[in-house]
Amino acid sequence: MRNTLRKIYIALIFLFLYAPILTLIVLSFNDSRTRAKWGGFTTRWYLSMFRNQAILQALTNTLIIAFLSALIATVIGTVACISMQMMKRGSRAVIMGITNIPMLNADIVTGISLMLLFITLGLRFGFMTILLSHITFNIPYVILSVMPRMKQLNPSVYEAALDLGASHIQAFFKVVFPDILPGVLSGFLMAFTMSLDDFIITHFTKGPGVDTLSTKIYTEVKKGIKPEMYALSTLIFVTVLLLLILVNKTPSGKSTEKRKLQPAKQ
Amino acid sequence: MNKKTLAFPYVLWAAAFIVIPLCMVFYYGMTDTTGAFTLENIITIATAEHAKALLLSIELSFVSTLICFLLAYPLAMILTNMNVSQHSFIVLIFILPMWMNFLLRTLAWQTLLEKTGVINSILGFLHLPALEIINTPGAIVLGMVYNFLPFMVLPIYNALTKIDNNVINAARDLGANGVQTFFRVTLPLSVPGIISGVTMVFIPALTTFVISTLLGGSKILLIGNVIEQEFTQTGNWHLGSGLSIVLMIFIIVNMVIEAISDREGEHTSL
Amino acid sequence: MKKRALVIVMLITSVLSLTACGSGSGGKNGEVVVYNWGEYIDPDVLTAFEEETGIHVIYDEFETNEIMYPKVEAGASAYDVVCPSDYMIRKMIDNDLLAPLDFDKIPNARKYIGAQYFEQSREFDPTGEYSIPYCWGTVGILYNKTMVDEPVDSWDILWNEKYADNILMQDSVRDAFMVALKRSGASMNSLDEAELQAAKDALIAQKPLVQAYVIDQVRDKMIGGEAALGVIYSGEAIYTQRENPDLEYVIPAEGTNVWIDSWVIPKNAPNRENAEKFIDYMCRPDIALKNFEYITYSTPNEGARELIEDADIKNSPIAFPDLSQYDNLETFSYLGEEGDSLYNELWKEVKSE
Repeated sequence: MRNTLRKIYIALIFLFLYAPILTLIVLSFNDSRTRAKWGGFTTRWYLSMFRNQAILQALTNTLIIAFLSALIATVIGTVACISMQMMKRGSRAVIMGITNIPMLNADIVTGISLMLLFITLGLRFGFMTILLSHITFNIPYVILSVMPRMKQLNPSVYEAALDLGASHIQAFFKVVFPDILPGVLSGFLMAFTMSLDDFIITHFTKGPGVDTLSTKIYTEVKKGIKPEMYALSTLIFVTVLLLLILVNKTPSGKSTEKRKLQPAKQ
Repeated sequence: MNKKTLAFPYVLWAAAFIVIPLCMVFYYGMTDTTGAFTLENIITIATAEHAKALLLSIELSFVSTLICFLLAYPLAMILTNMNVSQHSFIVLIFILPMWMNFLLRTLAWQTLLEKTGVINSILGFLHLPALEIINTPGAIVLGMVYNFLPFMVLPIYNALTKIDNNVINAARDLGANGVQTFFRVTLPLSVPGIISGVTMVFIPALTTFVISTLLGGSKILLIGNVIEQEFTQTGNWHLGSGLSIVLMIFIIVNMVIEAISDREGEHTSL
Repeated sequence: MKKRALVIVMLITSVLSLTACGSGSGGKNGEVVVYNWGEYIDPDVLTAFEEETGIHVIYDEFETNEIMYPKVEAGASAYDVVCPSDYMIRKMIDNDLLAPLDFDKIPNARKYIGAQYFEQSREFDPTGEYSIPYCWGTVGILYNKTMVDEPVDSWDILWNEKYADNILMQDSVRDAFMVALKRSGASMNSLDEAELQAAKDALIAQKPLVQAYVIDQVRDKMIGGEAALGVIYSGEAIYTQRENPDLEYVIPAEGTNVWIDSWVIPKNAPNRENAEKFIDYMCRPDIALKNFEYITYSTPNEGARELIEDADIKNSPIAFPDLSQYDNLETFSYLGEEGDSLYNELWKEVKSE
């Protein structure tokens, strides 16, 4: 009885979370240019999507920015975590406080503050400004996912490695890095996802001719979303879903890495 | 290899892209178009339109946060007790929707909730009364709960999975019943997760302008809309920055709460 | 395990970036940065322009004049060609943001664009040296014949309680105030405190009846039968009628806004010559026709109108209304900084009500 109730509860939540996604998938097969009317079943949007340069370009930009910003943020963030371990409590608290700002701060304030900075610096708005902004708001997610791992580390292991003749770099890559790797990877994935889903900050820091999927969609919202956009989103969603199922079906490395994909801070 | 120098790139980055930009917001917020110092941009929060927008934002985001919490806590408990081997899979199920663009997801709710939308078509088919929620504060709350629920579930779930089962068993052995165990052991131990969750829902809900535009039919003006319009439409950056400074007060309050809870639960949080 | 997922993600990313990077990357004759309204050009026209001239087009879109202005003013992104509306052009001229055009380098403009449109442009471009009309139209009421059973000929119907929750208003200051001001018989460029207060009160009184304030979404919502009445730009009316034959467009008797969106070149444009070539290309009748067919906004290009084969469209009263039949038509003028902030202040009061 209790179990059934639980299952119903979970099912309802999932319905709530996935109903809009289902709607979008259905719309991607709608043979009508407007979302207000059902014009019959079609797959033509999937074909025209691949011919639509603007959408493909936005997709490419989105993925490149997500990938690069996540990668750079992961490197900077991981290095920062390592060094913060060695810091005094006080200075560490200050840095962590500053790190929290972009995550706690309203996206709109972060976006605006970066826009003001770029204007003052006289940077030309475009790919670069978006990338810099994304790295900035991604770093906190990396730090907050690597930091707990770092804290669990036993410093004597590292010292033991040094005593046994390893160089600092060797000791780091052979002893420390494998231990924090799950945190680093989850930080990367989190950063990638956040970058992918961001609209507000990109909205304020983008320049002419550079669109990510989010900004492209926002422009389209006002005019009516092109069905190709639904098709593309469906494809992305299904791809990721399939990847996840695939990865989870392969019985490798039990759940040692569970809980690693924590969202942001804990 | 000096550990201190390792911190250098990040400290530099944080200074250049977090601290300095914020200083610029303060600079704009505290000057007028001629560059003279003024507090007027901040004080305008007290004018009827702005105060109203801010209060409404606080109200709606409070309600959304509460609903998120009430939905998320039981869910997180169920998920924790499910003892699934693949915890990461559960987590991913909540993150997965984020791969479908946020704007599209919110727009999909419009399609669902509209007068002639999907839900009303189904209700009409079943001869049930129509749902009239689109373009009301209710729709905005729904949009907020929908978009931010994962940010409440995941931290609570994380906190709950960290609770040692032995602690619960000990409480039981010492004679506590289910309710007592929950209120005296489980709930207090999950507080850091709750605080994280509340922050991560309340702040974005407080400052959103997209959800209110898409689901509120632009009839409901939230503080996020006011700021966005000052920047992108009216072009009064000084006023927009001034109002942003007001929003930052909430963030500072939040950080203080975080810091306090952090000190109390040095071991459980982070 | 996660490693594998990561590798796959990276793989997809790199493959996609390879395939899409092939396009773009600067034409042999330089580039031109165009800043236009969303969905306001046939994408094929851009491709054709690139192929014909070897100039690479960097194309960016804006949603409202007000969003466009600070971006051009800030100069952080240098545009070569922009397409603002009437009153905004005046503001840009006043603030010295535009460069005078060299009409000798844009021969198609004088040749094909109707003289009356240049004449009308004088209202915001008094010397006529800064702008070349691209699209024009009126603002009116789009209504659904199955939901409205009385004749629609006045802005008044938007205050009729019968249609509560069935009315779509424009979500921009000037358009919303235009409706209220015109309804009361005032000028839509009014700076009269009393008239504006009255307009504000009218808009506040109307608010409970309004289903939503929208910009271009009015199109989808009207097609889907979400609302009975909507304030809409004439260019959208043709498209919506095609999708839903129950819809009808009228210009209210109290008069309305006749607007013109024109090409201008900002002062700090880095590629002036290419900008002139671009505008000239847009004025070519066959190109203007293609754009007209794609966006359905009225074209001032007489040459293009001649080429329209469908007589219904060629003589459509929506696309090409005979303006002499209507009274009280006006074009927005720039109200100055103080006027602007007065309007914005009042509009904020309406929205926060």
